[in-house]
Amino acid sequence: MQLELTPADAEFRTRMREAFTSKVPQEIRDTVLEGRHLTRDQIVESQRLLNAEGLAVPHWPTEWGGQDWTDLQRHLWHEEMQRAGVPIPLAFNASMIGPVIAQFGTEEQKARFLPDTANLDIWWSQGFSEPDAGSDLASLRTTAVRDGDDWVVNGQKTWTTLGQHGDWIFTLVRTDPEVKKQAGISMLLIDMTTPGVEVRPIELIDGGHEVNEVWFTDVRVPGDLLVGEPGQGWTIAKFLLGNERVGVAPVGATKRALSTLKANAGDLLDDPLLRARVAELENDLLALELTALRVVAHSSGGEPHPASSVLKLKGTELQQAVSELALDLAGPASLASRADDDSPQDGWARRSAPTYLNLRKASIYGGSNEIQRQIISRTILGL
Amino acid sequence: MDFTYDDEQQALREAVRGLLATAYADHEARRRTVADEPGFDRALWGRLAEMGVLGLPFSEDHGGVGAGPVEIGIVCQELGRVLAPEPYLASVVHAGGLVAALGSPEQKADLLGRLSAGEIVLAAADTSPGGRWASRADGVRASVSGDTWTLDGVADPVVAGGAADHLVVTAALPDGDGTGVFVVAADAVERTTYAAADLTHAASVRFDGSAATPLGEAGRDLSPSVATISDLTRIMGANQSLGVMQSQVRATTDYLKSRKQFGVTLNTFQALNFRAADMYVSLELAHSMVDWATMTIAGGDRDAVADAADRVGLQITRAGRHIGQEAIQLHGGIGMTAEYAVGVGTAHLEVLDQWLGNGPHHLARLSARVTDHELVEALS
Repeated sequence: MQLELTPADAEFRTRMREAFTSKVPQEIRDTVLEGRHLTRDQIVESQRLLNAEGLAVPHWPTEWGGQDWTDLQRHLWHEEMQRAGVPIPLAFNASMIGPVIAQFGTEEQKARFLPDTANLDIWWSQGFSEPDAGSDLASLRTTAVRDGDDWVVNGQKTWTTLGQHGDWIFTLVRTDPEVKKQAGISMLLIDMTTPGVEVRPIELIDGGHEVNEVWFTDVRVPGDLLVGEPGQGWTIAKFLLGNERVGVAPVGATKRALSTLKANAGDLLDDPLLRARVAELENDLLALELTALRVVAHSSGGEPHPASSVLKLKGTELQQAVSELALDLAGPASLASRADDDSPQDGWARRSAPTYLNLRKASIYGGSNEIQRQIISRTILGL
Repeated sequence: MDFTYDDEQQALREAVRGLLATAYADHEARRRTVADEPGFDRALWGRLAEMGVLGLPFSEDHGGVGAGPVEIGIVCQELGRVLAPEPYLASVVHAGGLVAALGSPEQKADLLGRLSAGEIVLAAADTSPGGRWASRADGVRASVSGDTWTLDGVADPVVAGGAADHLVVTAALPDGDGTGVFVVAADAVERTTYAAADLTHAASVRFDGSAATPLGEAGRDLSPSVATISDLTRIMGANQSLGVMQSQVRATTDYLKSRKQFGVTLNTFQALNFRAADMYVSLELAHSMVDWATMTIAGGDRDAVADAADRVGLQITRAGRHIGQEAIQLHGGIGMTAEYAVGVGTAHLEVLDQWLGNGPHHLARLSARVTDHELVEALS
């Protein structure tokens, strides 16, 4: 047992800190640090700068831009990135479809997609959830029917985050209605400019346009865009959702949000009740961060540490709790959330109500917290 | 950065676990032990001495083993797992820690040597009736006449005070000169022993012109060192609580899998399983904090240790309330009975926290410091 980083890891952390603060423009980092929305161009610019430094997809196979780092190094990379206010590389590209194509794709698919995916020359969207397939993803109903070499897709996906920016969408579709529901699912890559693909915005309670419905009407998809084998989609989806050990909990971003909150609070922090709420959250976040470190230090052989579910569950609760405290701090100023930019109220206070509302999503997506409790009680406790 | 035990630490854990299992595998054995004086098993105490466990924290020059905080934490966790009533925290970690930090070479060789050998029991008397967790003594006053020191006043609770051969006492120095630490022989005081809520033994100790020997240099204010040893004891107490909670979570999940109601085992009910899952979340978060605080001791920075003691103190008390209460609730009626370890574990968690530092205490101290830093750093 030892608390200090090895000299090599400490040097690695310094190198990350320097790269993130020197390579990504201050304006982009300030946008993140102040909790404002990034534009599509800012997200693309940031990822391309990271990719040029070899920092966009370090967990990929080395032949496609990966760095062969230890889990601890990846953790430090992830934490330092959040600390510096550098946008995390687009998850749909870097964490989801990239590793899937590298693992299950044909050589042609790898060469065609991976470089553009790492560099965000292609913006990927995720087409998994459907109106009747949320936590029970395997009951999805979007169909793909063979027609010559092509597949013809019909159905509806929903909750497609930032789908309005998407160039391509990776989808789970039902290719065999006759077999057990998990066994009839395949993964198709679909060009979103194909005739019959329609993206419709969903307005959320925070007033933002973050997610979409994506409709498919007789969309013709060439056969070489199926990933893996027909019927392998469920296996691929489990790989995609379960292969992440680093960054499961948004530790760095939540720590930063709490630190920003303290800076914004000013004299209000003279109130002992407020101080106590901050102290309690700081302590909970420390326990979470230490648990994340235990998980990355103990993971081996690709199997996630069972405590990963703890990270998702507690991490999202704390992320939400910090947003609640920010809203309480803002008080009446938070009513001006949809006022014009010349509002006399502080920006952080105006953003506090939408942020609070928006972050209710955190305990729903990526396996809801009820699913995480199910995983803990079944696979860890054997209940 | 490494959160794993090395082979020797693993071996220590197995050895201590094995020894404790011979005494307390059955909760009934603990019940019998705490029912009588001295409230623990003297034969087991002797075997812990033979194994080197009682001398773990002390240097080899003083008859100890010279082990580090991780090893001591391992012992405390194992004691907690079986709710062992042996006064390891009170006698070795706390009182022994004060002697090791403040005593003269002769005092250390004498007291720590005999403590390590299992020949004597020490107890730290640092709390007066109604007192809280202060490093400045006020309930016991020291007087000096020539070179002769005497103490007057009452210390209570003194954990293991009834069994102690020597008391290590914090007392207010004359003329408001701060807090001194003294060694007092048991036969120089008047003691009334009682059982705490977890049935471990404590005492009320009355000093009435009791002859006292200053630990180390006489007449100097030692409150900073007293505070640091309390912080170390707090962290080791958190290790002990962790052991208790690990047993409670295991017992609760086993119970849910075996207990039948409505013709099915209780783990048929998702409402119960989810509550067990939440207990596991609290346990793992507390475990991480306990390991971190224990490792922080090795850094040797007094302020860092004080901060770690507050942080682990807050975390472990929150976890203890959650896990301790849910363990009883999910067991139902049997969790309320004295013959079953789970509910007694909840009492033990509470005694540890109220003795060493409870949630509001640690939260108040952390709250006072929230504007001293931008972020709390896990890795220095």
